[in-house]
Amino acid sequence: MSKDLSTIEAPIIELKTKLEGLKAQPPSSKRDREIEKQSQKLAKLQKDIYKNLTEWQICQVARHPKRPYTRDYIQYLCPDFEELHGDRRFADDAAIMGGFGTFNGEVVCLIGHQKGRDIKQKLHRNFGMPRPEGYRKALRLMKLAEKFNRPVVCFIDTPGAYPGIDAEERGQAEAIALNLKEMAVLRVPILVYVIGEGGSGGALAIGVGDHISLLQNSIYSVISPEGCASILWKDAEQAPKAAEALNLTAEKLKKLDLIDSICEEPLGGAHADPPLMMRHLAEHLQSQLDDLRKRDIDQLLDQRYRKFRNMGKYAQVG
Amino acid sequence: MSWFIKKSSPIKPAKQKKVTIPEGLWDKCLGCKEIIYRQELKRNNNVCPKCDYHFRVSPEERLQLLFDQEAFELLFDDVQPLDPLSFKAVKTYKDQLKKLADLKKVHEAVWVAKGKLDGRPVVISVMDFSFLGGSMGSVVGEKLTRGIELATEEGCPVVIFSCSGGARMMEGAISLMQMAKISAALARLAQKRLPFVSVLTDPTTGGVTASYAMLGDINIAEPKALIGFAGPRVIQQTIRQELPPGFQRSEFLLEHGMLDAIVTRGELREKLIKYLHFFRFQA
Repeated sequence: MSKDLSTIEAPIIELKTKLEGLKAQPPSSKRDREIEKQSQKLAKLQKDIYKNLTEWQICQVARHPKRPYTRDYIQYLCPDFEELHGDRRFADDAAIMGGFGTFNGEVVCLIGHQKGRDIKQKLHRNFGMPRPEGYRKALRLMKLAEKFNRPVVCFIDTPGAYPGIDAEERGQAEAIALNLKEMAVLRVPILVYVIGEGGSGGALAIGVGDHISLLQNSIYSVISPEGCASILWKDAEQAPKAAEALNLTAEKLKKLDLIDSICEEPLGGAHADPPLMMRHLAEHLQSQLDDLRKRDIDQLLDQRYRKFRNMGKYAQVG
Repeated sequence: MSWFIKKSSPIKPAKQKKVTIPEGLWDKCLGCKEIIYRQELKRNNNVCPKCDYHFRVSPEERLQLLFDQEAFELLFDDVQPLDPLSFKAVKTYKDQLKKLADLKKVHEAVWVAKGKLDGRPVVISVMDFSFLGGSMGSVVGEKLTRGIELATEEGCPVVIFSCSGGARMMEGAISLMQMAKISAALARLAQKRLPFVSVLTDPTTGGVTASYAMLGDINIAEPKALIGFAGPRVIQQTIRQELPPGFQRSEFLLEHGMLDAIVTRGELREKLIKYLHFFRFQA
């Protein structure tokens, strides 16, 4: 049985507290030596712990409450970002945010699921679970990007599309479906980053693109481990087993050719050093943008089609 | 106190005559609970003559109902399932697949057929709920995509009958990506201005609804079919409220603008012919 993340992270937190205590002491050469020693110990500990995470522990890192969210990345990448609201049909959905900004001198369209940190924000963001208007807003922004020839960057971080009466009434399924179809033929480059949880159709609805990247400790799955466990094991407590069976980690997905790359996280996960995580992602994004810009759009669309076309494992008999 | 004592022997029920009903002659309607003569049910396309309840039918029966002279050719049955994740829950996926193979379920959860409808070629695909709940994995994705690509190439319309619980968990994210794959193929079909009619039958939920089933130029459904993104149980567990009556049924979707029409099984063929005629390509 795999231990909870909070249990395995406890020694790290303990050591961090100790370090902070040391730093608060009056400076002396003895103190500095001790800080040096403890810092090395911390680095080794983080490395050891994070090297051997189980699938279930990775799920918990992906859902870590301190993990950077879409807004954090956008603010870092595009300091001049302007958020644009509403689907022009029904409402503005706070579970998906989007707009335009300048990244290293180039205007890009940025769209992503947004979770909340405290309870008030969580409710406002509906825990990052969009309703149809969220997906329709995302599509509206993508169409704007297409019209004015700007690349689209999507950040995925959702437990899934919201399962509620109102969402069903307004066509949750149709909203997701239409995005899949339109993104397949959108005539600008699309880059997708799964920065936390990639929860099923609610994630894929902003996840069709030319380059799909998972942050090292992110997950992407057809169903949540808890959901899978309660259906196939009839017991949600079996989630750790389901997490293992579903092959939802970046490494496994890369092996299955379902994603294009893995974006490295700092030691101890993205939440351990958000500024370093931001730098990694910015570098990754820049190199991908440079690469995609070189290609002719029809060629790009053909490659996008081929990529998804080739996903699937079956036997060809006879 | 003699009035408390029963003088006469109690009335016994008459010995029940055992009525022997031959097996397989009658069916109970799942809608109105009436007993229906099976022959009559069959004549009525597996629709209850009393309450109009639409029974689930096999893909074979459906295809026969649609094509001219009941003639069609099945395609892509050489695409067969694998167990790419070596998936194991309480049962192993491998065993489940083997059991279905022993039952001679060679078509997987979708049948793709080509034939003529009112004299014109059409590709019609029908999902089979009896194969792992009609769930969509690699094979369903591949067969549907090949069907759509064939139609795109040959310039004929596509009709898909959905009947599925959604994406197949046992193939993990591979199943999820089939949603994008099929939708992309439909986008290319649309670029060639070829019609796609989606027929939603009981039940159509999850990743199937959230991809091709909702992408028809025309979306129609059989009466009272369960259609939704999230299943009713999941919604109930999330919001902890009673669901309104008729929630996620065809009639509810029509009222909320998600369907073009509700079409009974008896009228299906004629309606499809009409729709495809409306959208026949004109230069």
